[in-house]
Amino acid sequence: MAEFEKANSIGEWFDQRLNVKAFTKVMMTEYWIPKNINFLWAMGALLVMLFKLLLITGIFLLMYYKPDVNLAFDSVNYTIMQEVGYGWLFRNIHGVGASVVFLIIYIHMFTAIYYGSYKKGREMIWLSGMLLFVLFSAEGFSGYMLPWGQMSYWAAYVITEIFGGIPFIGDELVVWIRGNFYVADATLTRFFMLHVLLIPIAIIGAIAFHFYTLRFPHVNNEEGEFFDYHAESKKYLAGDKAHSKVIAFWPDFLSKDIMVIALFMVFFFYLVFYNNGFAMDPVNFDKADSMKTPAHIYPEWYFLWSYEVLRGFFFEIGGISGKDLGLMAFGFAQGIFLVLPWLDRSPMVKPANQRPVFKYWFWLLMADLFVLTIFGKLPPTGINAWVGFFSSITFLGLFISLPFLSKIEAKMAGGK
Amino acid sequence: MFALYVGVAVAILLIVLNIVLSKISFPKEGRILAIIIVLVGYIYWGFEPFAHHEMHPHVEEASFAFDGKQDVAALEHEGKDATETKAFWASVLKTAEHKGDAVAGKTLFTANCTACHSMKSEGFAELMSDADAAASYGVTPPDLSLAGKIYDRNFLIAFIANPVKAMHIEHKYSAGGEKVFPMPASDSLQPQEIVSIVAYMVEAASKVPAPKVKEGASEFEISKAANKEVFETACGRCHAMGYAGIQARTPADAMSKYIGATPPDLSQYIRSRGDHYLHNFINDPQRKLHGTGMPRVGLNEKAQEQVVEYMTQVGDSKKDEREALGPKVLIYLAILALFSFLWKRKIWKDLH
Amino acid sequence: MINESRRGFMGKAFGAVAAVGAVASLVAMKKSWDPLPSVMAAGFTTVDMSKLTDNKLEIVKWQGKPIFLLRFGADMPPVEKRSVKVGQHYYAVMIGLCTHLGCIPAYRDTTKDFKCACHGGEFTAAGVQKFGPPPIPLHIPPFSIKDENTIVLGESGPEYQSLIASLSTDTNIA
Repeated sequence: MAEFEKANSIGEWFDQRLNVKAFTKVMMTEYWIPKNINFLWAMGALLVMLFKLLLITGIFLLMYYKPDVNLAFDSVNYTIMQEVGYGWLFRNIHGVGASVVFLIIYIHMFTAIYYGSYKKGREMIWLSGMLLFVLFSAEGFSGYMLPWGQMSYWAAYVITEIFGGIPFIGDELVVWIRGNFYVADATLTRFFMLHVLLIPIAIIGAIAFHFYTLRFPHVNNEEGEFFDYHAESKKYLAGDKAHSKVIAFWPDFLSKDIMVIALFMVFFFYLVFYNNGFAMDPVNFDKADSMKTPAHIYPEWYFLWSYEVLRGFFFEIGGISGKDLGLMAFGFAQGIFLVLPWLDRSPMVKPANQRPVFKYWFWLLMADLFVLTIFGKLPPTGINAWVGFFSSITFLGLFISLPFLSKIEAKMAGGK
Repeated sequence: MFALYVGVAVAILLIVLNIVLSKISFPKEGRILAIIIVLVGYIYWGFEPFAHHEMHPHVEEASFAFDGKQDVAALEHEGKDATETKAFWASVLKTAEHKGDAVAGKTLFTANCTACHSMKSEGFAELMSDADAAASYGVTPPDLSLAGKIYDRNFLIAFIANPVKAMHIEHKYSAGGEKVFPMPASDSLQPQEIVSIVAYMVEAASKVPAPKVKEGASEFEISKAANKEVFETACGRCHAMGYAGIQARTPADAMSKYIGATPPDLSQYIRSRGDHYLHNFINDPQRKLHGTGMPRVGLNEKAQEQVVEYMTQVGDSKKDEREALGPKVLIYLAILALFSFLWKRKIWKDLH
Repeated sequence: MINESRRGFMGKAFGAVAAVGAVASLVAMKKSWDPLPSVMAAGFTTVDMSKLTDNKLEIVKWQGKPIFLLRFGADMPPVEKRSVKVGQHYYAVMIGLCTHLGCIPAYRDTTKDFKCACHGGEFTAAGVQKFGPPPIPLHIPPFSIKDENTIVLGESGPEYQSLIASLSTDTNIA
């Protein structure tokens, strides 16, 4: 071990041992972010903030929650909501946060799609982001079960039932996942474990990894411009901040992120106090009853689009039952976003509105997802079933046609 | 389909908005924000208000007239014969024109009602325990101490004349049907006698003192105690309210035999149904849930409000705390946002 | 050189032994999620059929699912391949979950059919879909007939097996 000289300050003492100064430079003051960005680039920091809120409120809920089919409902709706000091606040933040986090995830995700931030060296950013989406979905689903209301129960029932469609092992798999023939105590306790331990650990790891993937390809910018970070950062360090194309992660980038977070929190807490019904479904204030189905069963809003793809196929086509077709389409919808970087074969990294073909594709996809989401909640009868069918077909068609459309776009650009 | 038309309108709105905003060289970030707000607003409208509207068709608002008009309209809507119901309510309204005599009413009450009903405030005690009463009648009969205060006068008149019609449960106790409602229709009582009994019940109820609360009780506790009394009389014979420690007076197995299902515990009904639904439902359950075993109980407007308020005080007891804290948190966050803006502006001054 | 390849071999050998341990522990983890013996044992429900009356639906709970038991009256002809004869009477024995999305249909004794409140599906008294979205008839749970008044749900008796065998030859009623 090298000889340590006596430190003259606390800062120096830590620096000797942890190399704090160099670490701060690498992670904060000399971590370069492009300047040409807008507030959509603050969604990542906003997601970190929401995750922190969920983690902290979750810890407080955990102290009174009881994972037992006989106790869970009352431990939430009586003990936490009515007895624990500010328990209702923690639960409202947790419930609304879980819903709003998906809104921001979707904005974050479609910002990436719009600006082409998944291409040319940024594939790992996209993949790790999609991994986080999958983990958050699992976290949302497992958490929704815990209050043990009617929607908790029947959402768990319907979603675990989906695995029954897998050939050969389906029926055994469903029983294995539930730990019983139906959604029961064993199901609740294992999903409780997933929700409070395994998935959060995986999410924290995946967030760290997602940050790491940004490091080498750098964050994209509003015009998809590639420039020399080394030269631009030199300009910045020389004091010419105004003409440099980069800004420092700290304090430049984060000061704007924090402003966006603070503004968003006003809206977020408005929802927490005054408009939380969208995140805490009234039906879930009826205790779970395996012998009584609610009149309408629907997932939380952020799963509606893929639920509608599952339901969209309601009749037999070519000898394959509607149920199996729906299941295949559902599997397709879950996986297809993951491989987007390889479906888009146009080399352009530009905002969608500057890409001659992709802009139509992008807005059509958006429109289709809106239709799927809204019709995913409506009863699938009459005309609604057909809207669901055609919008599901459109969804599949969009992704199947993307490689060809983007190839055409690449040709139009003429190898520029 | 309506949602699709709105979607098209939203798309057109966005295109126009985008063109207009870029024409007036509105800041680009503001334009992006405007687009996101419109899109999020559309999707929220679609999966919340619109979806609820589609899933829960509108029904007529609660009415406290108790004149049978809605019953007749419902029958006519279904294409059924409404003449009998029409005639019944016409006679009820005619009876209601008589002026009751509370003194005569007391005698009639003693002769006709106390064999089954108690009225503890006037010294008519219960003749048997709740469980025994449930075993002999099917359901524990109500104590009538508060009846004159919480039930509508027209309803009480209709009820004494024909309980099944008044409660709107003919589908369960059809004339000549297998099941017979425990309280018989009073064919022998004259209209004048009926209104006198009602007059006596009103007078007796007016003498019931407010429920006792401990010294120095808060306004919340005083109103909660008064509401609880109404809830227990109006709902507590069949329904439990676990979060308030209230058990249904009729034992659950008797209840399930009587009505075909165990009535739900109402602790969280203010959250699962909401006060608008509850007001409509209690006023006439058949309207919201056709075929339900729950009868119309005939609460007047004030009593019904007290019942719903009690359900809020028990099921959403932190409502006042939430509403008091909300503005403070939002004002604090607005100040925080202002400071974050000032700080950001200072830092970014050098960057442009 | 010898040293190098020997090191390579030993590395692979270590990896292989470690993999055996990893797979073995995965088996243990998989087993921990299997239904417990008490859950498996509770998978049977004995029903006394003598309590049933004509045209009145009884619902019993089997493996957390509602099971419809309906005794057919003299005016209700038994349905081939679906009706179960126990003692003197024919019965419908079915899992009471709509084959559309798993809601519990209600029995209407006047029209002698089932109606699902969720999406309007209708089934005959024997559980065959006749209107709306349900794709197939109500499922029949495994059962075995013990005597003229008793059946056990969850056991696969000869009557159940012959019923299933006759069903599988007809793809429309699966």
